[in-house]
Amino acid sequence: MIKYLLKKEFKQIIRNPFLPKMIFMFPLMVLLVFPWAASYEIKNLNLSVIDSDHTPYSQRLTQTIVSSNYFRLTDISSDYNHALKSIENNKADIILQIPKNFEKSIINHENVKVMISPNAVNGMKAGVGMTYLASIIGEFNATLISELYPEMAKNSSSIIQIDSQYRFNKELNYQVFMVPALMVMILTLLCGFLPAVSIVFEKEIGTMEQMNVSPVPKIIFILGKLIPFWIIGFIAITIGFLVAWLDYGLIPVGHFLEIYVFVAVYIFAISGMGIVISNFAQTLQQAVFIVFFFMLLFIMLSGLYTPVDSMPNWAQWLAAFNPLKHLMIVMRSIYLKGSNFSQLAQELVALLGFAVAFNGLAVLSYRKSS
Amino acid sequence: MNTSENLPDIAIHCESVSKNYGKIQALSNINFDVNRAEIFGIIGPDGAGKTTLFRILTTLILAESGTAAIDGFDVLKDYKEIRKRVGYMPGRFSLYQDLTVEENLEFFATVFNTTIEENYELVKDIYVQIEPFKKRRAGKLSGGMKQKLALSCALIHKPSVLFLDEPTTGVDPVSRKEFWGMLQKLREQGITILVSTPYMDEASLCDRIALIQNGQFLKIDTPENIVSQFDDVLWAAKSDNMHKLLEDLRKDEQVKSSFAFGDSIHVTVDNGQLTVDSLKKYLIEKGHKNIKIEAIEPTIEDCFMELSTTQI
Repeated sequence: MIKYLLKKEFKQIIRNPFLPKMIFMFPLMVLLVFPWAASYEIKNLNLSVIDSDHTPYSQRLTQTIVSSNYFRLTDISSDYNHALKSIENNKADIILQIPKNFEKSIINHENVKVMISPNAVNGMKAGVGMTYLASIIGEFNATLISELYPEMAKNSSSIIQIDSQYRFNKELNYQVFMVPALMVMILTLLCGFLPAVSIVFEKEIGTMEQMNVSPVPKIIFILGKLIPFWIIGFIAITIGFLVAWLDYGLIPVGHFLEIYVFVAVYIFAISGMGIVISNFAQTLQQAVFIVFFFMLLFIMLSGLYTPVDSMPNWAQWLAAFNPLKHLMIVMRSIYLKGSNFSQLAQELVALLGFAVAFNGLAVLSYRKSS
Repeated sequence: MNTSENLPDIAIHCESVSKNYGKIQALSNINFDVNRAEIFGIIGPDGAGKTTLFRILTTLILAESGTAAIDGFDVLKDYKEIRKRVGYMPGRFSLYQDLTVEENLEFFATVFNTTIEENYELVKDIYVQIEPFKKRRAGKLSGGMKQKLALSCALIHKPSVLFLDEPTTGVDPVSRKEFWGMLQKLREQGITILVSTPYMDEASLCDRIALIQNGQFLKIDTPENIVSQFDDVLWAAKSDNMHKLLEDLRKDEQVKSSFAFGDSIHVTVDNGQLTVDSLKKYLIEKGHKNIKIEAIEPTIEDCFMELSTTQI
């Protein structure tokens, strides 16, 4: 029986003018385009400088900042109000004010203060810009000290020296961080929501009713819906592995087999969720809306962009019930750290829990509606 | 099923079945039996409860109260058995539009654990008409062809009882006639057919009919009996101002009932009380011109109108 259902399902998928293309294009697009577009690294910040000193030292500071490549000098203002205008006009993102007697104070061994004022409408950009600028000025400071007071430089350097080393992602490469997590997104859409939409579609065109008056058991009907999408999920994730390797040179430190095991559990869980949705939705419109609702919620609470650990407590609680979050942890850990099953036991238990809960709920909610 | 099987003479048994959706009473206390190899028509307007009754009998939904059985199998307990032996053609075309004609038929055959070859004889007459298009996708068929395909798919497992829910709604008159011809042939092969329709003219093609309104059966009988039981005098009246005519007729106390009926108004009067001439006179007094009144034979629709006004 299931053989014929699968045959029919594959025929329909292949004949669909849109679906087969999407199955291949979707992982490619997501993995090829997304990691490049969505990046935390901030370059080309527009800088407005108020140089009230006009001395070689103040100009050298400006030079140093611009040559860092993080900043673009777009405005030179005579006073603060003027500079603020350029922020209002969107000509500048950050203001650096160099006071009068900047050079004189440095040479006279006096403290001198510069002011940084970033535009905090985009808080993240402001924070990052501030940090960059501060660290560039800090370096400039150190250079000056070693030039002007070699004695002092020697003393200070012997106290604490910071030597930072990023583990598992040496260059703090954003793509490396994003690609494994994006694979989770692909799986969620292909295996969670496509079968839901497909079942609701049969409801809407009435073929579901035709199947219900036939001797086909409901469970076989649903399996006939899910198995093709499970297979599609595995194909898509494999395409994902290839793209990650070819485009980003990214090969998991851990085992592929491990990933496949987690992926299998995840697919089972998320497709169970899809069935729950399909049980409650009567029309495609409803189904798509429910899908959208959960998708947004899941993405925001998944740690795809902002780490879950930095969320408030209640949000962390919510995120614990988000299957996306768990698989993202798994994918990143296996890809970057090479974690093994025992290290990811907590996630495995969580995902298995979701699989049981969603599929159990699917069975219950189906019974209720019949 | 096969012919050697001993099937009860009553193919469909329905006893005090009721169903309500929230506060709306969709069906109340429905009782009827359908004999084997009979075409039984459920005749009634949209929203009368026809589809609800079909969905209960085909085990798609549960009745609030009452019992029903198909071939002696209870719709509640033996629903699995019923699903093996009934064919259901819902009112809306619901086959896979992206599968071809042949693939649809093949799919529904396999779903019922059979093959096209095994029961080809049964669907042959219908299927040969759409066979030239067997490589065409079902979604691209014309309305009449879709209907033939749907009937073929509902028949391919050789059901003992066939449920057709408004099979001719939205189908042209020629195809409708053809379709009823097919149903007669199927009956000859021993298949019991329960068919619903909003078209009163199709009622006379059934062996027996049930008139349904607001979830209640008004009458169950053969079409001939129902018509012959109509013992009032029936006239068709026309005038220049049809709207005023209807109002004036309803004001006349001797007129039992009057309904707009196509391009005329059907008037029923109690036997022997009012004559055509006296009615004409009354209408002329009311200012009507070009009055035409003639005696006509009642149709099922007239009976339906009469029953629906007297019973509710």
